Parts: sequence; structure tokens; C-alpha cells
Amino acid sequence: MAKKKAKEVKVNFKTSWEYAAAPESKDHIRLKDKYDLFINGKFTAPKSGKYFDTINPATEKSLAQVAEASEEDVNIAVAAARNAYDKVWSKIPAKERGKYIYRIARAIQERAREFAVIESMDGGKPIRESRDVDVPLAAAHFFYYAGWADKMEYAAPGKKVRPLGVAGQIIPWNFPMLMAAWKIAPAIAAGNTVVLKPAETTSLTALKLAEVIQESGLPEGVVNIITGAGATGAALVNHPGINKIAFTGSTEVGKIIQRAISGTQKKYTLELGGKAANIIFEDAAIDQAVEGIINGIFFNQGHVCCAGSRLFVQESVADIVIRKLKDRMETLIVGDPLDKNTDIGAINSKEQLSKIKQYIKIGINEGGEHYEPSCSIPSKGFFHRPTLFTNVAQSSRIVQEEIFGPVLAVQTFRTVEEVIEKANNIPYGLSGGVWTDKGSKIFKVTSQIRAGVIWANTYNKFDPTSPFGGYKESGVGREGGLHGVMPYVEVIHA
Amino acid sequence: MNSTAASAYDFRHSPAIDQVGVEERISRLSKRSIKKESKLAALKLALSMVDLTTLEARDTPGKVRQLCVKAMHPHDSVSNIPPVAAVCVYPNLVRVAKETLKGSKVKVAAVSTAFPSGMSKRKVKLEETKWAVDEGADEIDMVISRGKFLTGEYNYVFDEIAAVKEACGKAHLKVILETGELSTLDNVRRASDIAMDAGADFIKTSTGKIQPAATLPVTMVMLEAIRDYYYRTGKKIGMKPAGGIATSKIAFNYLVVLRETLGEDWLNADLFRFGASTLANDLLMQIVKEQTGIYQSIDYFSKD
Repeated sequence: MAKKKAKEVKVNFKTSWEYAAAPESKDHIRLKDKYDLFINGKFTAPKSGKYFDTINPATEKSLAQVAEASEEDVNIAVAAARNAYDKVWSKIPAKERGKYIYRIARAIQERAREFAVIESMDGGKPIRESRDVDVPLAAAHFFYYAGWADKMEYAAPGKKVRPLGVAGQIIPWNFPMLMAAWKIAPAIAAGNTVVLKPAETTSLTALKLAEVIQESGLPEGVVNIITGAGATGAALVNHPGINKIAFTGSTEVGKIIQRAISGTQKKYTLELGGKAANIIFEDAAIDQAVEGIINGIFFNQGHVCCAGSRLFVQESVADIVIRKLKDRMETLIVGDPLDKNTDIGAINSKEQLSKIKQYIKIGINEGGEHYEPSCSIPSKGFFHRPTLFTNVAQSSRIVQEEIFGPVLAVQTFRTVEEVIEKANNIPYGLSGGVWTDKGSKIFKVTSQIRAGVIWANTYNKFDPTSPFGGYKESGVGREGGLHGVMPYVEVIHA
Repeated sequence: MNSTAASAYDFRHSPAIDQVGVEERISRLSKRSIKKESKLAALKLALSMVDLTTLEARDTPGKVRQLCVKAMHPHDSVSNIPPVAAVCVYPNLVRVAKETLKGSKVKVAAVSTAFPSGMSKRKVKLEETKWAVDEGADEIDMVISRGKFLTGEYNYVFDEIAAVKEACGKAHLKVILETGELSTLDNVRRASDIAMDAGADFIKTSTGKIQPAATLPVTMVMLEAIRDYYYRTGKKIGMKPAGGIATSKIAFNYLVVLRETLGEDWLNADLFRFGASTLANDLLMQIVKEQTGIYQSIDYFSKD
């Protein structure tokens, strides 16, 4: 009797009181039909003469055309950056550099709403995130590194530092605006000039940032933004006039870059894939841990290199945690990225959506128990329900490989030793999470997990002062904080 | 119900609560945007959940009668406005309220057990409760012995609630935790667990006499306790945040937290109440605004 009764007990989230649509207005957004390359302070047509469409993944409609930079365009951009470095940026007083960077930071704040709406339109992320996370953090990075500009002589106590020259920077499609800030701010604060290439599916906020940079009066050629796909990126990486490559993206491309620049004098930082372990101990504040799991994996549709995509739950609380997770997933709102109530927006591209679906098939074939909540998803656009896999093995591909989508693989564990071993048993080492009410356990576990960033009783917390980066196949070097500016300078031991 | 039931569940082992995590969740939920038809529905829902309250020593039978009329007919010049859930008064005014509300569905709630401090002996508390029920109270709002709770005498608190529940007979029991005196969310969770296991039909945040009164983080922790209790026992316990909820906008935040924690079954006055006095008029002003497009001055709404 008791067992039968227990089965009927289920919170019903199909409510008679629903939230009405609350879309953020896009009336104030002015997009050009066609975007040229931003080289030497001006928007210039590509020598290639070619343009490609950038679409809104939530509607599949084109938003604008974006120039495709050829090798020749890359040469021009690098030459502009070199010229600006030699003639202006390496010569002006450091505090002047800081002044321009502060100006860019303030302009981002002033135009925050515009940036947020375009970021959501071009990339598919919910406006709640672009408004509350991406854009404010991007401004914060410029503010933070503006402060370093005239303090670089204190960056390496007792030694001198000097900028490297021209940095080639390639950024991914998951945080287009924020990654541009992570790359540009420390580079130019330290005295370098840059050529930045945004991802081909999400170029618009970088091009809007180019407008801000133009208006800020930053000397011409200090920041150049060129658009295009893999071939453009390759031309930038292989260009002999580049002193430093900063790349954020897939491990696969990271390895290609590493091979390409081996034997050259180019310095590099790579921020690559991840498959983070989020570990919940039985003594954790369970309801808040569940919220942390949700944020860890479903933030930005799971398109996050540090996403908590592997969940480890101590067996004594596994049933409760999984029940609570499923209940919580029922309340996630999947849909229009511009709706202020949307929790999960659109998958960034058709290719990414089919990759996610492929992995879900693999997971099911591997014997994983598959769960999706009952929420509806729009018929047009690229959308995917948040997904949970239980009954998976350490050898499962959905446990080993980075999916970069809203898919969580759940494993259970009995002892601390076991979970540390499993958490580390992966080619990646970017991030991790530990949930426990016991402080000593936090220190014991986090000190043994080989990952660049580990959060305790929280997840996905970013701050410009805090270094970020990976172990193993998750990358080389750090971004953020003092650590993030050092890869842009040479330390002179004299 | 007796202390052996309490020993089946060790209240020292109520789940840990992480205050930072709770506040983050609340901040996220508070950003839900409630517009258009969703707004009007929320306004009416909130109004139907109000326990119109007057708990002053200077309360008069006349004031209570006025409050009761307001409860039944919040604003008759506009159609389709629901009555509130209950009127909440001191025991000596229960009879007046009961007579005025005769024939309506509005319930009479009486505060009891040496409200608001609870600093009395059990015999007095039980007698007061029985008296309020005899006077006609449909619901009893009791206070827990916070002193005993804070010294760790959980069994005392449990037994007292169980005894009051027995004294209530058919009347529903709301247990006020007075969360403003419990200081931590861990304590709020533990007190919620004790109250539900001891027989509470509702758990309630505050008397309204202590600051802070109801807050969103406290309410969410209590709703999560209710959800866990539901999964553990199959019983649905009600929730009443009270004190400090003065505007429609804040009330919406509570409804959002309620909806996303306990869902459809709790979105009604049987399982959720607002203990408030001024909230009702703000809800009415907003309802009139939604229905007529005109935002009227407070002078067009009765103050009772």
C-alpha cells in the first residue's frame, strides 16, 4: 500500500497559471545588411569580395551578411596591427592605453542592452544570460585590464616586462562578446596590438564592438577584427607576422594550431574543451546543489567549455538528487532566446544540434537511461530539451567526450577516493564542482582534482580577477587576473 | 501523535541549507516577467489567497466587522473580483468575525498560544486554543516556543505542536515559526520539519511583530521542506508567508517561487496564503488598472 501510494506522489508542474510571453524589444537594434572587415580603424570591404550569412538560430532567418576574410585580407590586417604597434601603441604612455580601454568599457555599459539583444539574436542564448552575464562580464574585463595598463612594471616584481607585438586571437561561438573581451582587453592593456577573428556563426557582437572601438578613438590598427571561417583562422595562425596566438575553441583545432606553430617563435595560449565532474556528497545542501547542477550543465544550452557535464552523486542520496533534478528540469523554460523568462535558448547552429542528437543516440545505444522533461520546444529554429542520462559507465562515450550541449551524464559513487579517481579519469581538466557542507572535505577533494578551476558549493562563477584555464587536453595557459596578462608579455631578467 | 513519532525522524539531521545558493535562486526567480493575462490571473489568485489580518490590542468589534465585509466584497464596483481566503484576528474577536462572515466561504483564523511571543505554559496555550475553536475559529495560527527550539529542545517543540493540534479538533492548524528569531535557514528548515511531523496543516513564517518577517529565501526553504515532506509522506502541507508583503510585485515573486517549487496543486488558497493587511488594496488597485486601463488613487479603495 505504502509503495503504491508513493508512486502517485509527484509534483505537478503543469500549472493553470502560466507566464505570458515577455519578449525583450528589438526595435532599437540597428543592424547593417552587410558587415565589412574592421581593419586599421575602418570598415573595409574584403579583397575576397565574398560575404556569408549569419543567421538567428532561433528563427533560422538571416540577420546580416558578414565579410569573409581571405589570406590577402589577413595580410592587410596583420600589417595594420604591426604598423600600429611600431608607430603608436608601443610608444604612447601606458596610462594613455588605460584611458582608451576604460572608454571602451564604459561604452559597452552604455550600450549594454543593444549588445545583449544582438548576442541573443545571433547566438541563441537566453536574454537573461546575455543581459546578466555576458555583457556585464565583458565590460568588467575591460575595466579590470584597463587598470593593469599603467601597472605592468609591477606585474613581475624585480623584473621588467615588455609586450610581444601582434597577437592573433581566435574565439568561439559560445560567448562571442565575452571571449572578445577576454582576448582583447589583456592584450592591448599590456601594449600589444591584435587581429581578432570571431566564430563564423556569431560575428555580430564583435563587429558591434568594432563600432565601439572606433567611437572610443582607439588609435587605428590597435584592434582589427576580421571575420570568416576555418580558412581565415588558419591564415591568421600561419601568418609569420604574428607573435602570439590566443585561441579558445575545440581541442581538435587546438591541436592543429599547436602543430602549425611548433618550431616558430610564436607564443600561444589555448583554452580548449572540458568534461567537468560536478560532485555531490551526501552531506551537501541538496536543493542548492541541484540548482548548481542545473546551472552547471544547462547554462548557455550547455555550450560551455567548463560545463558540469558529468555528475557524480554519492549513492546514499542518488535517488533523492535525481528526483529533484527531474522536478527541477520540469520547470525549465525552453524557447525564444529574447523572452525574459526563457531559461534555455536555441542551440547555436544546425551542425551543433545534429551533433547533440548524435550523442543522445550513442548514449541510448550504450544502455544509458535517457530522460527529458515534458516541456514543449518551438517547431522552428534549433532547439533541444535539457537531457539527463543515468545508468552510464565511465567508459561510455557520453561520459568521456565533450558534447557541448544540454546533456548531463549521471554516475554514482561510494567513497571519496573512488570519485576522485573517476573525476580525474578523463583526457580533460578544465573545471569541476564539489558540493558538501563540510569544509575539510572541500579542501581534500579539490586539491586532488586535476582541473584549472574548481568551484565549491557554487558553479560557473567568473570574475576578471580570477585566472581560468585547463590541464591536459583542456589547454595551455591562463586567462583572467594577473595570470591572464602575463602570456602577452615577455619577462626580461635584467 | 507523541514524542515517539518525533524520534522516528532525527531533526538534528534536517538537510543542510546553503544561504548563498538560496539567495541566488531567489534572485533568478525574482526576474521572471509577469505581464498581460498572466498578470491579471496572478493578481486575482493572490487576492484569493489573502488572510486579511488585524492583530492590534486596540482592535474593536467594529473594525473587525468592517474587515469581514471587505473580505467578502473586496471591491464590488468591479466585477469578477474574488473574496479573500480568511480573516485573521485575536481569539476574543472570533465570534464577531464568524457572525459577520456567516454564509460566506471566508474562513476565520485566530492567533493563539500566547501569540506573538508564546511565552506561557502549555496548559494556557491549549485552553486558549480550545476557546478560540469554541468561539468558531476555522483555523488556528499558533506560535512555536522559539526559546525551547533555540536551546535544542526539539521534542518539547514537537510535543507542544502535537498537543495544540489535538486541541484544534477540526480546525486547521497553522504553525508560525517566527523565522525572524530563528536566525539561520538551517533552523528554518529544521523547525519546518518539526512542525509538519507534529501535525501542522500549514507552516507560517511570522507573527508580523518581529523583523524581518516573511522573506523570499525563508519562504523558499519552507516550500522545499513541504515538497520533501510530500514526497516522504504523500501529505500536502500549506504555506503562509506573513508580514512585509505589501505590494503586488512582491506577491508575484512569492507566487513564482511557489509555482516553480510546488506546482499546480499548491496554487490555491487551500494550500497557500498571504498574511497581510495592506496587500489586498494594492492588488485591487492593480486589478482595476488591468481591467479599466486607469490607475486610480488609493482614495477609491476602502481602508479597513
